[in-house]
Amino acid sequence: MSISTSNRTEAETSDRRKAPAGERVADWADGRLSIYGAAKATMRKIFPDHWSFMLGEVALYSFIVIILTGVYLTMFFTPSMAEVEYHGSYVPMQGVVMSEAYASTLDISFDVRGGLLIRQIHHWGALIFLAAMFVHMMRVFFTGAFRKPRELNWVFGFTLLVLGMFTGLTGYSLPDDLLSGTGLRFLHGAILATPVIGTYLAMFLFGGEFPGTEIIPRFFAFHILLLPGIMLALVVTHVTLVFYQKHTQFAGAGKTNKNVVGTPLLPVYTAKAGGFFFLVFGVISVIAATFTINPVWTIGPYRPDQVSTNAQPDWYLGFPEGLVRIMPGWEINVLGHTLVMDLIIPLMVVFPVVLGAIAAYPFIESWVTGDKREHHILDRPRNVPTRTAFGMAWVSWYFVLLIGGGNDLWATYLHLSINSITWFVRIGFFVVPILTFIVTKRICLGLQRADREKVLHGRESGIIKRLPHGEFVEVHEPLSQEELHVLAGHEQYQPLEIGPETDEHGVVRKVNPVERVRVSLSKGYYGEGGQIPKPTAEEYRELTSGHGHH
Amino acid sequence: MSSETGPHEDVPDDHNLPEQGHPQGREPGEGSVSLPEQDPFANPGLPAHQHRVQDVDEAAAKRSERTVAMLFTLSMLATVGFIASFVAFPADKIVYIWPAGHISALNFSLGMTLGIALLGIGAGAVHWARTLMTDTELIQERHSISAEPEVRAQVIEEFKQGATESQFGRRRLVRNTLYGAMALLPLSGVVLLRDLGPLPEDKLRKTAWKKGKVLVNENTGLKLKPEDITVGSLAFAKPEGLDHGEHGWANEIAKAALMLVRIEPADIKDKQSLDWSHEGILAYSKICTHIGCAVSLYEQQTHHVLCPCHQSTFDLADGARVLFGPAGHPLPQLKISVNKDGFLEAQGDFAEPVGPAFWERG
Ligand code: HEM
Ligand code: FES
Repeated sequence: MSISTSNRTEAETSDRRKAPAGERVADWADGRLSIYGAAKATMRKIFPDHWSFMLGEVALYSFIVIILTGVYLTMFFTPSMAEVEYHGSYVPMQGVVMSEAYASTLDISFDVRGGLLIRQIHHWGALIFLAAMFVHMMRVFFTGAFRKPRELNWVFGFTLLVLGMFTGLTGYSLPDDLLSGTGLRFLHGAILATPVIGTYLAMFLFGGEFPGTEIIPRFFAFHILLLPGIMLALVVTHVTLVFYQKHTQFAGAGKTNKNVVGTPLLPVYTAKAGGFFFLVFGVISVIAATFTINPVWTIGPYRPDQVSTNAQPDWYLGFPEGLVRIMPGWEINVLGHTLVMDLIIPLMVVFPVVLGAIAAYPFIESWVTGDKREHHILDRPRNVPTRTAFGMAWVSWYFVLLIGGGNDLWATYLHLSINSITWFVRIGFFVVPILTFIVTKRICLGLQRADREKVLHGRESGIIKRLPHGEFVEVHEPLSQEELHVLAGHEQYQPLEIGPETDEHGVVRKVNPVERVRVSLSKGYYGEGGQIPKPTAEEYRELTSGHGHH
Repeated sequence: MSSETGPHEDVPDDHNLPEQGHPQGREPGEGSVSLPEQDPFANPGLPAHQHRVQDVDEAAAKRSERTVAMLFTLSMLATVGFIASFVAFPADKIVYIWPAGHISALNFSLGMTLGIALLGIGAGAVHWARTLMTDTELIQERHSISAEPEVRAQVIEEFKQGATESQFGRRRLVRNTLYGAMALLPLSGVVLLRDLGPLPEDKLRKTAWKKGKVLVNENTGLKLKPEDITVGSLAFAKPEGLDHGEHGWANEIAKAALMLVRIEPADIKDKQSLDWSHEGILAYSKICTHIGCAVSLYEQQTHHVLCPCHQSTFDLADGARVLFGPAGHPLPQLKISVNKDGFLEAQGDFAEPVGPAFWERG
């Protein structure tokens, strides 16, 4: 043993003398970190390709851009609410009393060369990051990529979305301009509304009364350390899991539930994904160069006795904002205590319940189907009409509330009264998601029917043929095997049944009410009207073999 | 269903799952095992690789190479441009650029050059990957995510052994005291949070107003006389002596900010409101009772004020009643009169807490 070891070592050493420098470095590292073992499993790992898989990458890359620019900003920003008189180079603010936070934001914008650009990239990056996460989540939802084994990654991703919203909120509170102070005011009022402990929470978070002098330094710690730290850990976990569980793929020739078809990490995927990082960063830079975002110098420093008109949060908070704006005023006073229903209902009931439902969706669906198998082939959204309809209903609801969150802007823009916009949103809040659900489901069923037609009768070729007896028919081309597989190779669930109400002895069987809910959900998803049965092999054979194929 | 990897036997209610032997579950591997005659929707297997022009025509490949190199060169030039802009443009130079409008020359040139430098690298790399790197699709097998049964059994066995060796289950006293210690320890952390802020006490109920406090103009700081308040306009006031820049100013003004209107006494619908006014001058808290924004948009014909944050609308002629929007109660009114020198003064503090509602408000 020892002989052979020393032999090998000798052989290696003699090899190494000739080995190129890169290999020698790798050998050195391998001797300490076993990098060859890790590389063996990953270097040629296969990644399937589809445009929609880039959405998660946009989120990842904009996150990196935000971290890079954020670190730069920390070097110039002063997180302090101490009041100073401004003497920087922005003339209109000369001599104005403002917090150090606001003054340092002006310095970054006007006295640090390139500081404004980095500020703009940071803010645009944050908007794009959240939009990318949102759209990425939609793609995961509509294609069923959240099914086993990826439910946990859905939950991680969801947590990132929520944390992203809070990181954005704490971030735009930092410059202490009139708009950001209004956001803090909102947060303070919302916390005060918390039953029983609200005043204590508000005093503890703000270090006393509003606005105090503590909140910006505290939010600074949350914004640059606590929240991004957690997010970074989650992003790493999220992407590692994608890597480890291997990416999903759409059905296609050669693609099965047990394989991955695509190009290897080295070189194609590295070049594409790496290049894509530069593209995302480049696009954000160009946007930041041309479109000014959050020009805090025009709004002035925060004063609690003033407010800017069109006080609007960043888009991703338009959803809770809309909820708050459309809620009618309602306070319940009992036994000397106040329940602030006009804030409790939107912010402490509806908002968390909706978020919770999103987080729990993969578990709800797998409970309905009872399916415990792994799924690596993505669904075409039309093939799960009820899920797709739920998703669209939610998206439409989100947009209705975004309109609600900007009701003043819409009113000015459309020359309508704010009351009519608000009433439109109040009604739309209930009606639009239901209509969207019905319409989406119908569209999906229509598309399923069209697929069925295509599989059974082939594609319309546009060529008209005259039959011997004079009739005109359109020639249908048969589909390729790949098309047949993509259109009809998927599986369809059958709806659950309650089973006989009585057992074999004629005794009435008690059916658990939870089971009843499950069965009716299952019928809604997969029963009649929930999906169009795909063509069976028999139907196909009968139609194609019987009277010849035109 | 042959595609499943996890244990399937223990799933009682899978009768709704699709039939076994479904085409998708078949294993085509490199090619297709199940022939279309058996299953018309079978997976045909991975098709042969289609060559791109660059794979067969070296001239086309050379063209791609030049394109990629040009993009990388563009990036280099842009970086040089970035450095040049940094040196050349002063931070305050404004230029007009369509469609962005008047913007900072430095910001524009830095952003554009940085953008081009990045896009050049990105576009070059992607073009290289798409046209020159081998694009043959490869197949890799997935592996079961759950452990093999033997591995599982072994792990459980080893865990049990470890647990037994620790005597955790047998030594109840050790176990229970450990639970106790672990449960108490976080209390230290909770206690440490106590000094994050003071207790609420009656802080939210008190403002800087008290009997005899003179109302001064929010902007000029001059004492207000009844003549200063004209019909049809909204005036903003603060307590005398509360000056911007002084310690604690923000906290006080956040509660004490006031707005004044003059309405013909005959038009004032609320009796108490009239009593608390002076010759039709009404003093209301400027802090919205919804979530605390400063209410500021006044409609003189109707005497309505609108909060710009969520559009709560209050009727100042009727005790600042909420007409529309999410606010849950009227704006508190401050009782005012005129002192012996003819200046407006407060008759005391607000009778109820100003600003957003809270649990103890009652
Ligand atoms: C910081 C934010 C996020 C980053 C950086 C990120 C990044 C990524 C990347 C790069 C992928 C692989 C490519 C792709 O499928 O698009 C991925 C996959 C995934 N993401 Fe995210 N994501 C984020 C947020 C989210 C959110 C908000 C959700 C949903 C609630 C989510 C759920 C998933 C799931 C389930 C997968 C696996 C999809 C599959 O393999 O098909 N992610 N993520
Ligand atoms: S703060 Fe005034 S309406 Fe919300």
